[in-house]
Amino acid sequence: MFRTNIPLRARRCASAFALVSLLAVPAAAHDYKKGDLRIDHPWSRATPGGAKVAGGFMKITNAGKEADRLVGGSFEASGVVEIHEMKMDGGVMKMRALEKGLEIKPGQAVELKPGSYHVMFIELKRQLKEGESVKGELVFEKAGRVPVEYKIENLGAKSGSEHHGGHGAPKS
Amino acid sequence: MNTLKLVRLVAWGSIAVLTAAMLYLLLAPKPDGGSGVASIGGPFRLAAADGSVIDSEKLNGRPFALFFGFTNCPDVCPTSMLEITNDLTALGEITKDFRIYFITVDPARDTAALLKEYTGSFDPRIVGLVPKDEQELANVARAYRAIYRKVETPSGYTMDHTATIYLMDAQGQFFGTLDSKETPQVRQAKLRRLIAKG
Repeated sequence: MFRTNIPLRARRCASAFALVSLLAVPAAAHDYKKGDLRIDHPWSRATPGGAKVAGGFMKITNAGKEADRLVGGSFEASGVVEIHEMKMDGGVMKMRALEKGLEIKPGQAVELKPGSYHVMFIELKRQLKEGESVKGELVFEKAGRVPVEYKIENLGAKSGSEHHGGHGAPKS
Repeated sequence: MNTLKLVRLVAWGSIAVLTAAMLYLLLAPKPDGGSGVASIGGPFRLAAADGSVIDSEKLNGRPFALFFGFTNCPDVCPTSMLEITNDLTALGEITKDFRIYFITVDPARDTAALLKEYTGSFDPRIVGLVPKDEQELANVARAYRAIYRKVETPSGYTMDHTATIYLMDAQGQFFGTLDSKETPQVRQAKLRRLIAKG
């Protein structure tokens, strides 16, 4: 008994160390570049049980001289991806698919965020859990395909954790 | 007095009467008492996701909150349900018997089982209600002056819907609303007043 305990403890220690180093690396930077486009911190939220949709959020900056367009993408945990706009109109939530995609004008940044533009993940295959990362791809008219990883934040997150430096639903 | 004078008198008299009548119609108190508060809400009887039936007239004089939503809603529905869950948790014991009724505006896709799983991710005080058909949904939405509309998307459809949380008092009368833009302090003060009032 005693002899088997030591390697087990050592193994635990090693895996804990591996975990810490894994966590430390992606936190340093979470942005993607393709051509003139920079995509900052793609994130989504944990989903309630039974939910078949989720929104993907990020900031896209176009440093180039020409406009580009986010026209689609893919998400490992969902069957369909669309580009949507959500807005509140006199207490009524309205959501529309942007049939021509989302324009990113030259020299400008567009923020995809709750209550506004988002990548809509449809036909979710499973529940999204806080803390995980889910692979996906963004498709731009000119810049082409950009593989990204979405960080899954708290169900009530209003912005990605890199922007406000912490997790947390609005608790009081 | 000749005939012409009589005709003139009758004509002016009629105008005066009509004007007075119109003024009365415009300015008189409305039949609902003229309190200025539009009547929002009304009795409903809907199947709950747990298999029971919720009859608003048998809520034993308990105040409640009501929300129209659907599970294929990526943003406002989960956010609203999470916020009210946090509010109820913060208020503690006084909210023990308080209920939030989540009426799906998408009964075609939101089955009782799905809605139960969905609300179960938030708080046991949130009860999913599934109208059995379009008519039942239309009736309760009309009573609450809520709007819902099916909107086509490339892969299917989504729903526009009123995203207000209605607060109803123990008599089933409209008490107020909760809004995501309000601070938790403001929302919790309203809930505390509603529960204290009963």
